[in-house]
Amino acid sequence: MITAGMDLGSKTVKVVIIKDGEVVARAKLLSGFEQEVTAGEVMETALSEAGIKPEQIDNIVATGAGRAYAPFAKGTITEVGAAARGAYARYPSARTVLDIGAEEGRAIITSGDGKVKDFAINEKCAAGSGTFIESMARALEITIEDFGPLALTSDKAVPMNAQCAVFAESEVVSLLHSRISKKDIARAVCDAIASRIISMARRVSIEPDVVLMGGMAFNSGFVRSLERTLEEMKINVLDYPEFVPAEGAAWVAVDRATGKGIVESHD
Amino acid sequence: MTQEAPKKEFWRWKEYNWHDENIDPRAGGIISAGVDVGSVSSQAVIMVDGKLFAFASMRTGSDSPDSARNAMKWALEGASISIDDINFIVGTGYGRVNVPMAHKAITEIACHARGANYMYGPTVRTILDMGGQDCKAIQCDERGKVTNFLMNDKCAAGTGRGMEVFANLLQIPIEDVGDMSFKVDEEPDPVSSTCVVFAKTEAAGLLRQGWGKNMVLAAYSSAMSHRVFTLIERLGVTPEFAITGGIAKNSGVVRRLEAELGMKALKSDIDSQIAGALGAALFGKALYEKKLKKAKK
Amino acid sequence: MIANYGYMDGSGDYYITIDTDKCIDCETHDCLAACPKDMFLIEEDDYDDEVALIKQEFRKKVKYECSECKPMNDRPKLPCVVACPPGAIRHSW
Repeated sequence: MITAGMDLGSKTVKVVIIKDGEVVARAKLLSGFEQEVTAGEVMETALSEAGIKPEQIDNIVATGAGRAYAPFAKGTITEVGAAARGAYARYPSARTVLDIGAEEGRAIITSGDGKVKDFAINEKCAAGSGTFIESMARALEITIEDFGPLALTSDKAVPMNAQCAVFAESEVVSLLHSRISKKDIARAVCDAIASRIISMARRVSIEPDVVLMGGMAFNSGFVRSLERTLEEMKINVLDYPEFVPAEGAAWVAVDRATGKGIVESHD
Repeated sequence: MTQEAPKKEFWRWKEYNWHDENIDPRAGGIISAGVDVGSVSSQAVIMVDGKLFAFASMRTGSDSPDSARNAMKWALEGASISIDDINFIVGTGYGRVNVPMAHKAITEIACHARGANYMYGPTVRTILDMGGQDCKAIQCDERGKVTNFLMNDKCAAGTGRGMEVFANLLQIPIEDVGDMSFKVDEEPDPVSSTCVVFAKTEAAGLLRQGWGKNMVLAAYSSAMSHRVFTLIERLGVTPEFAITGGIAKNSGVVRRLEAELGMKALKSDIDSQIAGALGAALFGKALYEKKLKKAKK
Repeated sequence: MIANYGYMDGSGDYYITIDTDKCIDCETHDCLAACPKDMFLIEEDDYDDEVALIKQEFRKKVKYECSECKPMNDRPKLPCVVACPPGAIRHSW
């Protein structure tokens, strides 16, 4: 059986193709102005990577904010549902799924079979998402890629008072003025966002195993801050963290085609 | 306390001092003072028997006690009295616990209400204070006593800083923001994100789509006025209504807010920036009178 | 006085409201012990009344500090609200 999952996110469109239980292609592109057109292009790329013709696909399920406008899709699943299903496929013992992307942070507790039990979302405020790190990287004049490794080298906890990304930028500048090192500030930023994410996750309870996905999973300093905040509970970072929801959607497509899945989407 | 590299100030305030030549502070009345150390500017007000006598407004420096001392010193300049002649000094503002010469610290909420009651008269019931880094909505009774308040100093939306981010994005001098936002053929829909960071991304997208700067400003100004509107609405808008703080001088936000409220803001001859320090000085007078009463007993 | 401590941001409105007119006559101040984060403080306000308030250091993060008392499902009554004898405490979210 061949299925595809499409994730039409606010920034990028991703496609994952699954053939007989194995991922055979992953592709992504920036969303651009016409997300539907982009989605078609990403699908083409993924198909050619896998050497599969469109008519060979048995089922396609779309997720992400733009899922309703996904071309080819035969069904949709919420971002939360797709993330939980994708995390289960990758890491079957996962119970708590943290999905921290550029604009949103989510904590999902799953029932152990890839289904959602409960979830909490932090949205529409940059303080609880990857955008917070982007703003602080700008203020520190370092790249996003360097941010995590730099934070890891710090062994000092410096408190940050500002919660808002706009005010935090000024605070970072003022910490630099008072000669606090960049590595300690980078760690303070990671600690601050980790503490907000964990507070949010406590609303759904945090049970092991905990897995992390979304763009923030690339930030090693943030992962370390999460573990510290959770008193050294292990955070398992999923491979290809940004593709997990698309993969989850592809698995939902399998489930539905075989009559195992929930056919109705959560929305 | 945040300190920034020097850049162009957004709010249209100037450093200045003033005193009333017609009041003789040496005539034997109670002399009280209020010092308001804010995040951006600091004010000192001196009153003689509850009448505004002198004030100074200046930039807050990196050190709160120094800022308080400087503002006080400047208010006293040319006023023919010294700080020792003042009977009671009240400190307020976010740096209120760091006003060294103050006899008491009182919150800026209580001081603003009392100051607004003096400036706008006893009919004022709802006060919106829009500062550089925070926003406060206050309801008070006819004596200027607070009955209900809420503030927001956590989020940059609805503060001067939020507008500054947009002025920087559009490369527009901040003093022109208000007027420019009205130079549009049609009022656009407000920017949909509340968060300033997300709103900035949204605005950058609108510019790429070919929107003019004025249109983007109009869209943000109306989002900002709606933001502060919801803040006031939480308390309920009881007339009459007044606006204080730096954004009171941004017509782009004020006129849109007045339209949404269906109500005009009260006007005063006194600079709305000194409302907090003025209220503090009024508290000072009352507290000194209380002290005298106690001493007599 | 109705005192609202907290904030609004893009994600919602987070205010803890204390009706200090009800608070004034309280003698037990049970809110102090009820809050697991120790967020309350009894202090004389600007009008010389002894009332409860939310400590300054918590005001910008009540959404996060209060999260453990507010599970997404099967939400119990909030300990501070239940403990307050005069019923002066409310949460906006």
